[in-house]
Amino acid sequence: MPFPALRHARCAALLAALSCLAVVTSAAPALAQKAYDPGASDSTIRIGNLMPYSGPASAYAIVGRIEQAYFRMVNDQGGINGRKIEFVSYDDAYSPAKAVEQTRRLVESDEVLLVFSPMGTPSNAAIQKYLNAKGVPQLFAATGATRFGDPKAFPWTMGWQPPYQVEGRVYAKYILATRPDARIAVLYQNDDLGRDLLKGLKDGLGERASRIVAEESYEVAEPSADNHIARLKASGADVFVSITTPKFAAQSIRKAAELAWRPLYIQALVSASIGAVLRPAGLDNAQGLVSAAYNKDAADPQWADDPGMARFHSFLDAYAPDVNRGDNSVVYGYGAAQCLVEVLRRAGDTLTRANVMREAAGLKGYTPDTLLPGIGITTAPDDFHPIEQLRLMRFEGDHWHLFGPVIDGDLRN
Amino acid sequence: MSALQEIVDTQPIETTPKKYMALGNYASIVVVILLCVAPLIAKNFVIFQMTMVLIYAIAVLALNILTGGSGQFSLGQSAFYALGAYTSAILMEVGGVNYALTLPIAGGICFIAGYLFGLPALRLSGIYLALATFALATAMPQLLKLHYFEAWTGGVQGLVITKPDAPFGLPLSQDMWLYYFVLVVSMAIYVASVNLLKSRSGRAMMAIRDNEIAASAMGVDVALYKTLAFGVSAGITGVAGGLGAIAVQFVAPDSYTIQLAIALFLGMVVGGVGWLPGSIVGAAFIVFVPNIAEHFSKGLSGAVFGLILVLIIFLLPHGSRQIAYTVQGWVHKLRK
Amino acid sequence: MELLLNQVLAGIATGAIYACMALAVVMIYQAIDHLNFAQGEMAMFSTFIAWQLLQWGVPYWGAFVITLALSFAGGIVIERALFKPLGNAPVLTHVAGFIALFAIINSVAGLTWDFTIKQFPSPFGSSPFLGSQLISTHQAGMIGVTLVLLLLLYFFFQFTRIGLAMRAAAAQPESARLVGINTSWMIALGWGMAAAIGSIAGMLIAPVVFLEPNMMGGVLIYGFAAAVLGGLSSPFGAVVGGFLVGIFENLAGTYIPGVGNELKLPIALALIVTVLVVKPTGLFGRAIVKRV
Repeated sequence: MPFPALRHARCAALLAALSCLAVVTSAAPALAQKAYDPGASDSTIRIGNLMPYSGPASAYAIVGRIEQAYFRMVNDQGGINGRKIEFVSYDDAYSPAKAVEQTRRLVESDEVLLVFSPMGTPSNAAIQKYLNAKGVPQLFAATGATRFGDPKAFPWTMGWQPPYQVEGRVYAKYILATRPDARIAVLYQNDDLGRDLLKGLKDGLGERASRIVAEESYEVAEPSADNHIARLKASGADVFVSITTPKFAAQSIRKAAELAWRPLYIQALVSASIGAVLRPAGLDNAQGLVSAAYNKDAADPQWADDPGMARFHSFLDAYAPDVNRGDNSVVYGYGAAQCLVEVLRRAGDTLTRANVMREAAGLKGYTPDTLLPGIGITTAPDDFHPIEQLRLMRFEGDHWHLFGPVIDGDLRN
Repeated sequence: MSALQEIVDTQPIETTPKKYMALGNYASIVVVILLCVAPLIAKNFVIFQMTMVLIYAIAVLALNILTGGSGQFSLGQSAFYALGAYTSAILMEVGGVNYALTLPIAGGICFIAGYLFGLPALRLSGIYLALATFALATAMPQLLKLHYFEAWTGGVQGLVITKPDAPFGLPLSQDMWLYYFVLVVSMAIYVASVNLLKSRSGRAMMAIRDNEIAASAMGVDVALYKTLAFGVSAGITGVAGGLGAIAVQFVAPDSYTIQLAIALFLGMVVGGVGWLPGSIVGAAFIVFVPNIAEHFSKGLSGAVFGLILVLIIFLLPHGSRQIAYTVQGWVHKLRK
Repeated sequence: MELLLNQVLAGIATGAIYACMALAVVMIYQAIDHLNFAQGEMAMFSTFIAWQLLQWGVPYWGAFVITLALSFAGGIVIERALFKPLGNAPVLTHVAGFIALFAIINSVAGLTWDFTIKQFPSPFGSSPFLGSQLISTHQAGMIGVTLVLLLLLYFFFQFTRIGLAMRAAAAQPESARLVGINTSWMIALGWGMAAAIGSIAGMLIAPVVFLEPNMMGGVLIYGFAAAVLGGLSSPFGAVVGGFLVGIFENLAGTYIPGVGNELKLPIALALIVTVLVVKPTGLFGRAIVKRV
């Protein structure tokens, strides 16, 4: 089979010719230090992305639409160091097989500089090995599974949000501090989110993990979590940890109130949104809820005068006026996109994949507009979990009341 | 007598004349040559797409044997696909078995699983069988992430698989080697399936499909052939699942949801029920149409996909074989 | 004993959801002799229309009636535009059509109303019913509405001219045409009625599970299971099937140690398949004589 070898040879020749050309055209001395990998040039930076635009997880695709809109705004403002962002986002329908296909298309056909914010654990897990073998950054993977922050095994993969296990440990610390003799009930979604967070919780509780008196899991296909709540109440628990996605979170909050079950109610942050969860569940039912957060809630009145959120809102007014701002994913997409733009800005004219990873691993307390006060993004060559800090909060009246210090949940400790 | 019962029991598909189940010799040669040459001029990721098309084609063909061959309807193929994929993955990653050797094992295990599932399914037909297989498809991801199997299956996190290199130092990229490997497997399965349907067993299955009661009156062992069809179909699907796991390099419960079963079903309808060569057309539909749909609109990609599907079934209610028959008609006319 | 009783009660409460959906499923089965995979999505879309009307300030019952009418019309339009042209296409092609319809409706709803959950009001309130916290007044109301619907359907199909004609058109289209029934319009009418009943189901289910484009995905699986368990030819069976599935599932989750909680849906489905193996036409379905 001589053809592939021949093609490679021809490719190499072409590349050599192109780089000669690049050297010739960049004769001006100021431009001599420019370095580009595929996807980057003097005028553009091409970025790839995967989103479940169709299929069962299409609720999360709003993240991709917000990121797209954010890059459009950046381009309208002149781009990054004069380069426009070309955002190529493909549908993976939340299917790992499709994710691999689309990622290969991004890397091999569209020749993107990096793959940014691919959505969901299964898709990210499926493409992780390929991207690392190819040396293409898998930057700010949109999932909280711990495996996406392991620089030794996967030097090209970095997560963004706090790992679910960190969140679990934060709740464990809080429970140990306030109710050491608690009887704990847990409801978790039977997927990576639920299992990882539960693992963090148990690790954090240590030998007191035996205080978990009831554990129930649910499948996303179930219509309602009501009966789980009835059973958990029957266990006699006085602390309830609800590791649930928005629909089930709202059902649980409402059902617990209907049953007059009033434990210390801890809600995983994925569903701590006022607009998307608490308001539908009924604000009265949500009083006293405890959760953790790293992002500001767009529907929370306490951020009305916050300059960061003001920028966020004026961005939405101009570039995505019709989105539901109560949706946590909107804040998420804005923050992640802003963080990427910062990394690319720092990479300057050295837009190679290695340099992008280097810059991404060198953030020291960077704060996008949407992060809570006191929380910053810090990475290091041996720390690929950008956000590891959380703040506890209690729901009172119509807003989350932050309390306690910023909690650092660094998994390396 | 209910009309549906009538349709499902006696006429799940229009009777396919035997000689039309496969392509003619010349057409087959052309297709094989095209499939052999195509990767030489394609990019690596296109080769990967074509590999996926071939793998789905095997799975659609398996469903076609079940539905087109024996008249039983299944929405549970994703379960067997998953079983095959996990068998291959676990053997390779935990057991260290060579990837090629895992395929017959995956096929064998799925054959047994399919045969066993076929036993209770004997009592069911039409809608009821559809529900039973549907139940199987919904149950499978939940079984795969069960705590008890986590040591082998990797639970919700799944398993990552190493992609095989070309053997004997052949100067082929991994993608190209895998493509030709899958091509050989799929051609072998296609030829075997065509022969199966032409054989005594195949005629028995088709007799059951066309009229179960009449077939049994003629002395066909209905129970045996119906369960056998389930077993064979599941076994082939299992091989496809194993190949899929190797090509994607990853298995996880979320890969094998009811969505996959629905995709395979659509592939069969678009390809033409009962027409084996249509399987590859159906598989191409599964792989490429969602890409076309999202090209039109990201926010409405599901709707565009639906519209394309509607368009196809409006124009070609019998799937791609309708085109094949038309072309065949022209060829005949030309010859005369 | 009290736990058992509570779990049965809780099972009935969720069973009401399934029963409601199963009734809609059986309704369309009576009319067109297929299971409509897009039925759940149609119901979801109707519910969104009702929600939108409520947002615009239409009072609940006004929105209810308008939604019912729009759904009825919508069902007929879908039949005329999509399935009548398919006419004599094989049954599996029709199933592909349902799947296409599913994809279209789900995607359009997602784009129009986004994927965040919406609260949908209940006309019955949500206080405890007869002192039991496990069943709310809404769920009791839901059971009541389901039973009333059941009764109405029974009379419609058993005693009215048009109901009888519809059944005839579905069961024996050839003979029905011979006695002068316009079978084509009977099918369209069946679609309209199924869509209308589906919209009632949707508006009753939404207050419990919250309204969002994927709210019916899970419900539909259970609705199908319930309808098949009860026997597809029997609306009564479908309702009973709904409650049984709800109770089954809840008891499996409570009492089967180890895997019960994680696998309650597969266990419930396996039980149904077992029932079907013993009684292939469901609990209340009529046996059908096959002819050669």
